[in-house]
Amino acid sequence: MDNQFFIKAVLIAVFLIIGLFLVIPTRGARQLAVRRLTTLLLVLVAIFAVAFPDLINSLANLIGVGRGTDLLLYGLIVVFIGSSVTASRRYRQQEAQITDLARAVAIAQANHPAEKSDETP
Amino acid sequence: MPLYNEAQVVREVVEHARQTFPNIVCVDDGSTDGSAEQARLGGATVVVHPINLGQGAALQTGITYALQDPNAEFFVTFDSDGQHRVEDALAMVNRLDTEPLDVVIGSRFLDGRTKPGLLKKVVLKAAVIFGNLTSGMKLTDAHNGLRAFNRTGAGAIRIRQNRMAHASEIIAEIANAKLRYAEEPVFVVYTDYSRSKGQSLWNSVNILSDLWLK
Repeated sequence: MDNQFFIKAVLIAVFLIIGLFLVIPTRGARQLAVRRLTTLLLVLVAIFAVAFPDLINSLANLIGVGRGTDLLLYGLIVVFIGSSVTASRRYRQQEAQITDLARAVAIAQANHPAEKSDETP
Repeated sequence: MPLYNEAQVVREVVEHARQTFPNIVCVDDGSTDGSAEQARLGGATVVVHPINLGQGAALQTGITYALQDPNAEFFVTFDSDGQHRVEDALAMVNRLDTEPLDVVIGSRFLDGRTKPGLLKKVVLKAAVIFGNLTSGMKLTDAHNGLRAFNRTGAGAIRIRQNRMAHASEIIAEIANAKLRYAEEPVFVVYTDYSRSKGQSLWNSVNILSDLWLK
């Protein structure tokens, strides 16, 4: 359908950006800022949607989505995938930190290699 | 020597290796079967990870630990399940000693001695092609755990891939640091024991995603 072109383009673009985000390294500060800005935006959109449900409906019609509810569902899917991606990224970063910590503990508990000739016969 | 639940064989592997190499470091990666004790009985220095981190992490811990010894000149990574031969490791160290090289990487495919199964061969070859494409190096085997480094080589490698993707990562690190490298034909002994513990082919999927996801 021609009038659905816009919403399709927007959704596909958003998913592509999320996919790109998966494989491109970002700096910690920017990632945190983006996450907080997104949360803020979500709160504003949620308030707006509650206060003016008719506007959401007409916005949905404008971009070729049948009902406002459907538009909200699409938004929810985008937010869910985005949050899964950031969570998995944070998990990876935390794993790297745990590795460094465990390695430091392991090496601290072992005898220094230059001294080990004294303890083994 | 990364060590994870190899209590059945590790003592013998360490004892055999110590006849040639006096200093063996085993990194016990949270084994639950007393592997660390067996390795100690075999005469290895054992560094124990407090939790299981993966083979790549164990290799990096072993290298970091061994680099603390200022007298250590050469560093060999060696599997603890007995699939590598000490003679091959010695030949690789001799090449580091006599030739202008930083790294010597073992390869199963330089001669016809090693006989992996057909499916394993196809997957390993695909990994080789992928590795050569992404690193710009020319290797014949990408996932061989037998490698020898001099101090420059060992110090330049930084393994961040905790799990199985470390093999590809090491290749990439060698390429990035522009280390002088060569391949050495080695024989990998596929015993029934090592076959029973062999890598699941599903791991190739895990390796690719580990390499690409940040």
